[in-house]
Amino acid sequence: MSYDKPLPVIDHDSAPYWDAAREGRLDIPLCDDCGKHHFYPRAVCPHCFSDKLTFDTVSGRGTVHTFTIATRPAGPAFADDVPYVVALIDLEEGPRMMSRVKTDDPYGVNIGDKVEVIFVKATDEVTFPYFKLAV
Amino acid sequence: MKNGRDPVIVGVADAPLEGGRFVKQASVLGHCALVAKEALEEAGLSMKDVDGLLTTGMWGVPGPGQLTTVTLGEYLGIMPMFVDGTNIGGSAFEAHVAHAAMALRAGYCEVALIVYGSDQKSLRSRTLGGRAAVLNMQHETPYGMPTPVGGYAMAARRHMHEYGTTSENLAEIAVATRKWAQLNPAATRQDDLSIDDVMNSTMISDPLHLLDCCLVTDGAGAIVMTTAERAKDLKTTPVSVKGYGESHSHWAVSEMPDLAHLLPAAKAGKRAMEMAGVTHSDIDVTQIYDSFTITVLLSLEALGFCKPGEGGAFVSGQRTAPGGEFALNTSGGGLSALHPGMFGMFLLIEATRQLRGDCGARQVKDAETALVHGTGGTLSSGATVILQKGLMA
Repeated sequence: MSYDKPLPVIDHDSAPYWDAAREGRLDIPLCDDCGKHHFYPRAVCPHCFSDKLTFDTVSGRGTVHTFTIATRPAGPAFADDVPYVVALIDLEEGPRMMSRVKTDDPYGVNIGDKVEVIFVKATDEVTFPYFKLAV
Repeated sequence: MKNGRDPVIVGVADAPLEGGRFVKQASVLGHCALVAKEALEEAGLSMKDVDGLLTTGMWGVPGPGQLTTVTLGEYLGIMPMFVDGTNIGGSAFEAHVAHAAMALRAGYCEVALIVYGSDQKSLRSRTLGGRAAVLNMQHETPYGMPTPVGGYAMAARRHMHEYGTTSENLAEIAVATRKWAQLNPAATRQDDLSIDDVMNSTMISDPLHLLDCCLVTDGAGAIVMTTAERAKDLKTTPVSVKGYGESHSHWAVSEMPDLAHLLPAAKAGKRAMEMAGVTHSDIDVTQIYDSFTITVLLSLEALGFCKPGEGGAFVSGQRTAPGGEFALNTSGGGLSALHPGMFGMFLLIEATRQLRGDCGARQVKDAETALVHGTGGTLSSGATVILQKGLMA
């Protein structure tokens, strides 16, 4: 089955993150100097500008900070998904990331809902970290 | 006159539209040239006088892409000695006014031309979502984020969550802006609009409806700036640039520092007002970028016209409509007049015309001081300009 939605153009900063996702882990950079995580992955820490960074497997648990329900798709490739929830997730470890909340009831999602990561395979190269409401 | 090198606006022009499309037939560069010529002629200047060129846009050429000042300079047949192609989104032209003001004060140029043109409506080319998901966008585009409306929708939902702001509050802005458009013969949308119409319009990116979103039109505009000394011999009523500020915080929406508060607007607005030596009560007419209704509400709060969370109350009861207490977006704004991709140019043109007293049925009586605030990207950048009728005392 071909995948016709946009795919990430993976680069040197992000390759370990996407490699981990493909293996079912959420790995994000942790700064060896200031001890803070960040997202999206960069070559220097946005908190203290250190370049001593290690990818760290995080819990995959977080909270919905805000979201939109796309009722008009972001291009024809997403037409079959409508309505779908694109959300900003605050990870337990601190960073905020964009993802999908996968749910059969988009209108049942609320700010503050607890979520946990799931992994959705797109292609042999790319698996996306999505989130589902925590039970 | 305080200083002969005080920066002033001496010419403005915008291209006529019909149904949101250019009336005249020209390329996008041609439309830039036509409005530039008109703005210069209004002041009694010619292209030969221009030694500063500032432009940006969504068009580009093969290879380098957006070398906009170089390409436009060639088309106009000029070799400027000061150039600025700053692109921070739709607020770029407020930043261009700031940069031209600094160059004029420093003696780095004498006549600065700021130009913008877009034929997006005629070309049907508004397809930002179709670009490859590179760099920071690899972490947003693949999730089907509607661009740019999705980020504004996320901010609106967060503001609703924190402060109880409602869709009805946002609709007040769209309706008041339409009433201004009905007084502007050049505005694209003239039909009556009610709060129910806005709230019942198609949901695009929940909680934002179709009529919370700006228009998609063509458009071209130009501004000519020079020094107070030079302006004394020109044909138009000069409008002084008294203060300015600019900032930006993020491109990826996940990196927006605070989804319910516009930090770049707060920084830019504070600096501009302090530089100008004005307070909120000095402002007679306000032009705020209205890409979406929520953009206006967040900007009003960040600029200090009301406290955080009070934006909904501030715009309620049609307070910003003609005859209301707060004259806002008097051309009909991006929501109802025109929105050719980067609207900040047209906020400045309308403010200048208001201060000259050129606005006919929509003229704000005795308008002497204007605040113009642009927003660009997905609530990414903010740039503020304070304008005053006449030369600075």
